[in-house]
Amino acid sequence: MTARDLMQGWLQRQLPPEHWQWLEERNAAGAATPEKDLFITLGLIPRKLGKADLDLTADDLAAAERVQPGWSPQGWSVDGTARVLTLLQTVAGRNDFPERFRQLCRTADVAEAIAFYRGLILYPSPEALEPQAAEGVRSNMRAIFEAVAHNNPYPRLYFDESRWNHMVLKALFVDSRLHPIQGLDERANAELAQMLRDYAHERWAAGRPVSPELWRCVGPFAQDEAALADLDQAARSSDPNEQAAAALALSVSPSPLAAERLAAMHELAAQIADGTLTWDVLSARLDAA
Amino acid sequence: MTTPMYIDPHAHMISRTTNDYEAMAAAGVVAVIEPAFWIGQPRTYVGTYIDYLSTIVGWERFRAGQFGIRHYCTIGLNSKEANNEELAEQVMEILPRFALKDGVVAIGEIGYDEQTPLEDKYFRAQLELAKELDLPVMIHTPHRDKKRGTSRSMDVVEEHGLPPDKVVVDHNNEETIAETLQRGFWAAFSIYPGSKMGNERMVELLKQYGAERIIVDSACDWGVSDSLAVPKTAKLAAERGIPQEQIHKACYANALAAYGQSGQMSEEDWLNPSPIDQRTLYAGNSILRGGAAPRIEEPVSPAQAEDKLIIR
Repeated sequence: MTARDLMQGWLQRQLPPEHWQWLEERNAAGAATPEKDLFITLGLIPRKLGKADLDLTADDLAAAERVQPGWSPQGWSVDGTARVLTLLQTVAGRNDFPERFRQLCRTADVAEAIAFYRGLILYPSPEALEPQAAEGVRSNMRAIFEAVAHNNPYPRLYFDESRWNHMVLKALFVDSRLHPIQGLDERANAELAQMLRDYAHERWAAGRPVSPELWRCVGPFAQDEAALADLDQAARSSDPNEQAAAALALSVSPSPLAAERLAAMHELAAQIADGTLTWDVLSARLDAA
Repeated sequence: MTTPMYIDPHAHMISRTTNDYEAMAAAGVVAVIEPAFWIGQPRTYVGTYIDYLSTIVGWERFRAGQFGIRHYCTIGLNSKEANNEELAEQVMEILPRFALKDGVVAIGEIGYDEQTPLEDKYFRAQLELAKELDLPVMIHTPHRDKKRGTSRSMDVVEEHGLPPDKVVVDHNNEETIAETLQRGFWAAFSIYPGSKMGNERMVELLKQYGAERIIVDSACDWGVSDSLAVPKTAKLAAERGIPQEQIHKACYANALAAYGQSGQMSEEDWLNPSPIDQRTLYAGNSILRGGAAPRIEEPVSPAQAEDKLIIR
């Protein structure tokens, strides 16, 4: 079973037979599909197949995780799935795919770009697509940025530290969220923690709010007094979510001075100790806000 | 009373600022169509063209969404640049990859500028492309030698077998309207100060011809032009006694009917956008219209709204 098999199964199940057959016929020539035909297929897909959300069961999601760890097709659409499948059935196996992929992204409309980037992990030799994935993160269109950054294992696996750090910082910058970024804790690093603290200082100086999520990547590197002082400031916030974030960050700080600070936040410390306050819990609260 | 909804079916938003989008949304413009056009400076590389077309199907569409305005576009090689044969050949190669993007409602604006043989060649080639892809066409009629250029444009469309009801002939005036309507085409008017149509003249035409197959647009671009030309014309028409139903046709419904034939534009897009479009095109600001009543931003100051009602 491959990702391609799964996507074929999902589309075949959801689409009327004549629509599914149309897609099969368009891609029947495989790698020999002429370029013009490929572009026309990609353009016609939403016109022919519609833009409904892809209907997926828990079993489908589990199957996706088995064939490609981290692959999360939840929230994919019919047209987006058909476009990724089309690339897999035609150009993805070709030696010149990285260049073709660059061209496809360069001329993509918004929905196409989202689909292409969501599929990054599914194409052969995904490491060769890294420069284009980075281009996606540079987009000013938040939904395109999130197609790479959110619910996508690609950045965690293929971005170097600098690329990774700038992606995390940009997520905050464009009012996006950190929680859907895969590998957030595993790829936290001292450089990123410093960048995020500097960013928090800029926000404070401008009188603007600081996302509670920011402290998640700071906590494990909050070692010296200056870093702890930043967490103190977050803890003094009038926003309960920011206080909770400060407490969570303190709970993983390597500094011996962090423990007593956390202990002073009695209730939050107790919630962390008994597992009722976690980043997942806090993130759900931010989602609801 | 809710503010009436308007469509500006010819607006080069790539040349306009966020102030324009804000003012248009406040005035009731719910959707714009951005025709691919000449950007003032000739393009000399196909790459520049690719980036331009990518911008109007991508970034500009997204940008409009941030102001609660739905953005559509037309794709084509304009008549001026058709005279650069090397460029024109390369642009013709890449048009098929843009013509079916999300929100592309026609091939356009295409037609004649100086009516040269090269303009004729690429006008015809693009009519064939529209036929192949089953898309409506937006025709730019020439500024100079307009009457004959307009007749000739329609002759060529008929010669290529496109049905006139899928073709919008734009930049009409008092001299061209009768023939355009008589031959069954959509007749669009660009309310553009100085060179094209003024809105007082437009109101007179509505009195004389009614609103069947009449479309009002602004053609606002990098020149001295007015992004509020459609709502201003509607307001002037109402003041001068044109029935609301006719104003609705000329400033909203006819454009929707003509370009809606692409299958890419429907009222649902702004009255009840699909969840997917909300996630992708309206991300960022919570400025969704939500329901049938168009969202009214903070009202523009009365001085701003009344200012320059007459466009000459």
